[in-house]
Amino acid sequence: MTLLAAEALNKRFGGVVAARDVAFALSAGEMLAIIGPNGAGKSTTFNMVGGQLRPDSGRVLLGGEDITGLPPREVCRMGVGRTFQVAQTFLSMSVIENVQMALIAHAGRTRDMLAPTSRLFRQDALALLARVGMEAAADRPIGELAYGDVKTVELAIALAAAPRLLLMDEPTAGMAPRERARLMQLTAGIAREEGIGVLFTEHDMDAVFAHADRILVLVRGEIIAAGTPEQVRDDPEVQRVYLGTTGVRAALRARRAHG
Amino acid sequence: MDPSFLLVQSLSGLASASSLFVIASGLTLVFGVTRIVNFAHGSFYMLGAYVAVTVVPWLLEIDRSPWLFFAGVLISAAVVGLLGVAMELLLLRRIYKVPELFQLLATFGVVLMVQDAVLKIWGPVDIPGPRAPGLRHGVEIFGQRFPAYELFLIVVGPAVLGLLWLLMHRTRFGVLIRAATRDREMVGALGVNQALLFTGTLFLGAFLAGLGGALQIPRVSASAQMDLSIITEVFVVTVIGGMGSVTGAFLAAVLIGQLQAFGVLVFPKITLVLVFLLMAVVLVIKPWGLLGRPEPAAGRAALPEGILSPRGFGGAERALLGVAVASLLALPLFGDAYAVKVATEVLVFALAAFSLNFLVGNGGIVSFGHAAYFGLGAYAAGLLVTKGGLPMEPALLAAPLAGGLFAALFGFFVVRLSGIYLAMLTLAFAQIAYAVCFQWVEFTGGDNGVVGVWPSAWASSRHVYFYLVAACALGAILALRHVIYAPFGATLRAARDSEPRADAIGIDVRTHRWLAFTLAGVAAGLAGGLYAFSKGSIDPTMLGIPMSVDFLAMILLGGIQTVMGAVVGAAAFHAIKDVFMPLTDYWRFLLGASIIALVLIFPRGLGGAWGALRART
Repeated sequence: MTLLAAEALNKRFGGVVAARDVAFALSAGEMLAIIGPNGAGKSTTFNMVGGQLRPDSGRVLLGGEDITGLPPREVCRMGVGRTFQVAQTFLSMSVIENVQMALIAHAGRTRDMLAPTSRLFRQDALALLARVGMEAAADRPIGELAYGDVKTVELAIALAAAPRLLLMDEPTAGMAPRERARLMQLTAGIAREEGIGVLFTEHDMDAVFAHADRILVLVRGEIIAAGTPEQVRDDPEVQRVYLGTTGVRAALRARRAHG
Repeated sequence: MDPSFLLVQSLSGLASASSLFVIASGLTLVFGVTRIVNFAHGSFYMLGAYVAVTVVPWLLEIDRSPWLFFAGVLISAAVVGLLGVAMELLLLRRIYKVPELFQLLATFGVVLMVQDAVLKIWGPVDIPGPRAPGLRHGVEIFGQRFPAYELFLIVVGPAVLGLLWLLMHRTRFGVLIRAATRDREMVGALGVNQALLFTGTLFLGAFLAGLGGALQIPRVSASAQMDLSIITEVFVVTVIGGMGSVTGAFLAAVLIGQLQAFGVLVFPKITLVLVFLLMAVVLVIKPWGLLGRPEPAAGRAALPEGILSPRGFGGAERALLGVAVASLLALPLFGDAYAVKVATEVLVFALAAFSLNFLVGNGGIVSFGHAAYFGLGAYAAGLLVTKGGLPMEPALLAAPLAGGLFAALFGFFVVRLSGIYLAMLTLAFAQIAYAVCFQWVEFTGGDNGVVGVWPSAWASSRHVYFYLVAACALGAILALRHVIYAPFGATLRAARDSEPRADAIGIDVRTHRWLAFTLAGVAAGLAGGLYAFSKGSIDPTMLGIPMSVDFLAMILLGGIQTVMGAVVGAAAFHAIKDVFMPLTDYWRFLLGASIIALVLIFPRGLGGAWGALRART
């Protein structure tokens, strides 16, 4: 069943076409990667789905409902969690408080002026942290964590809203190779188990070819190829404009390693 | 209406637009390069006028020629430019990296110091300047007489715009100014001598302010109130035009000049309100002004300046709080009437400061006009008692309502902005409130205010009223403190830390900030109402900029990153003011110097010092 459908999305910034007739569909439990060179329009496409940008034309449908142009907070309430290219967390808070905050928002209790915050949803937050393997760090200030761990906590924050769809903009950017593999495996496991659809952009070809079910290749705002990792890897046009020979080798390696 | 009259009206609008632009261009240039909103820009303007009324008559003694007049004007501007250089070297250079709130306060410290210095040097009496030789006559325009000097001023604005354009596009210095306005870090990375660039920019900015002031002397006398009256207008011009944009400032100045020239015909009393309304409308439609650009997002996440995870009271704090409250409540038993009066005021200010830090420290909403809600609460209570004939009790209920109502109204616009634009808009709204209370003489008593705001008979003794204030203020402070620890308070901190993240987890940031602004207005309004009955009168100083700055100084002294710091800061600030103000004629100078010292060497305040002490043990 189609969870997310983008229909003919267009976006220009002045004279630059950042997205031209971008269209794709994503099913529940599926991992869809968007790849492409810098400036290809990956983040633009992403932000049009997440509500940070309003498309010039086209529609975004979530579970059949039109969410085009809704602000991020509404998109979140429709069941979309997201992580950012540069991790966005509440720096003044501890790890668990970050997750508690997301749970409070999800429960619609942000205007509560009576309850003591520290005790709200603490158990649920611990459970979420345990899912991503960060429960040991629960009471540390999030600013003290290594960047890879911050990104993992961000995943727990995104999961707090019990999303149907996860948007992850370069989930492994800035992380060490070992951490990258761990985070991607974790994400893929959670997505398949719970039937959450994941849309992600990524520069790391290992991560893409190991975990994506399908791949979209975006170049200068246009989709030039789409399909399974094998189809994309073997596409001569993709090899020419993006992957190059080393990229293809990396893709083969990744596929073999993760079978 | 007579078309020639309209033409003359429009010309006089252009003349004031021209003067306004010359001053505003300096402020906007300095902001573009240094990212500091320089409150002292108004002081530079005032100094320009004072230096000119000293230098120009002296030159005209030699020969009454127009050339010497204008040489004198340029000399005055250059002198002020050098003062700008001094300010950059001694102060600004040290505060480029500190948070905006501290920068604003530090430059306001300079404003206070200059005010007292001007009184010391030139005395309290306004000094009229000489008229410009050769431009003293009137010119006949369609049968209406129009002063030649005003015509000359109309030319000055576009001339300065042209010269600045040449400077910015034809010289290396100008190109660097434009580059730094776009991307300061990149300019630094390219190996440009930033120190020299910043010093040069401050010279240019202060020169323009001084020029604006010196050119005014044939029109208005030099007076010690020039600085604050011009700075709010100049803020409005630069904000409407877009901070950092010289052309934007020109457009905005022309717009405002015309609005004032014709607004005075339609609504003679509320021209100021019209100007601020224009600003509110522009900012809602174009949040960065007509030609401004959004602030580039900070590349790296930094720990926010404000309350971090608020911890509950520890054993030491509980004991300290118990002792403090007990001795406060016991004060009327052994203190004299004066001590009771001071303690009452401390409680009132503690509530006002706490409500301000609820916004600044907890929400990252830097309000520079918090006195507005305090003062409007006081006016609501005072007017209901004196003009409405109501007793104290309903008036004290009306005070927080008025504070909250106006905070909700102004806050609706305020929360659409952030950072420095937000601070400017809060200041502008406070000035509207001030102007209305000041100008609407029949209703508010104007400058003198209204006397006879006394409590009901049962609370008329100083002691009983003290306990009433203590109950209200402490109750409100504890309630607000509770909110800080509740999900609503945490949500405000979350939105302050990362707006994109807050948005992405489903928080409506704007609505929460608006509620917080309103809640803080309610608390400040209550404080204002209590204050009115303790003084027995109301007057416009209760909602002026100096009052807002006092509140900011209190929370700065207490430490904006602690929950209870505002209370300690209010007590300390009021006690210091009470002891030192009668001892010196230069209280403002002292206050200004203290604010600067706080920002430079003690930015975490008393609360921060306590926290550091506690962390060590």
